[in-house]
Amino acid sequence: MERIPILKIDDVLLVTIQVDMHDQLALTLQDELTTHIVTARAHGVLIDISALEIVDSFIGRMLSTIAAMARVLDAKTVVVGMQPAVAITLVELGLSLTGVRTALNVDQGMAFLRAASAQGGRHDDRPQV
Amino acid sequence: MTVLKSETTPLQTEADIFRVRQTVRQWAIQQGFSLVEQTKMVTATSELARNTVVYGGGGTVQIEALTTGSRRGLRLIFVDQGPGIPDIAQAMTDGYTTGEGLGLGLGGAKRLVNDFEITSRPAAGTRVCITKWK
Repeated sequence: MERIPILKIDDVLLVTIQVDMHDQLALTLQDELTTHIVTARAHGVLIDISALEIVDSFIGRMLSTIAAMARVLDAKTVVVGMQPAVAITLVELGLSLTGVRTALNVDQGMAFLRAASAQGGRHDDRPQV
Repeated sequence: MTVLKSETTPLQTEADIFRVRQTVRQWAIQQGFSLVEQTKMVTATSELARNTVVYGGGGTVQIEALTTGSRRGLRLIFVDQGPGIPDIAQAMTDGYTTGEGLGLGLGGAKRLVNDFEITSRPAAGTRVCITKWK
């Protein structure tokens, strides 16, 4: 079965979405990532979507769900590399990616997760919007 | 307005949604759409195609490349013979959903295109027609 590789760097899980996601693949990723957070004792999840040509409400919901599940398991999620055209479309579509932290690229995403981890992996205390 | 070419394809499965998105992308490029315009049209396609498959129980989409002489555009007509939408105004509202979605499909798709028409009859099905001009 087709699946998206999940890499582990220290206590961060790195997922690079390189295919145009279809629905079943999105659901498989959601399940596997949640399992990996527990088995790998990960404190961060970094999802690189720079290769994604669209983010529709289904993918948006998947990203929000992953972030919510990760948060319950004491891991932070950062989505990086969104293409400008995708960002413009996302806003007009009305998708706010609630609870999903974003960063411009993998470097900045990793820096955020490392900083968060260095604080002792405490729960996110930013106000919820 | 002239229809340069037209193609009707089935929308029954997830794989069909995927394939139709690719086709719309290719046609949008051929019509000279910018990257942002392509992305908006393909995203609207994805939302409406999923509605047809998930809520309409499957159907078809007709893809048309249009020109008015000076302007070029794309028109998509999604048709299903599903249960129909009892209250279209409510269905168009952001956040309204009968399924597992975010309820952004119809209202969101409308914001991404220039023209949006929807007709639906209970027990007879739904027809959504969207047009985007370059």
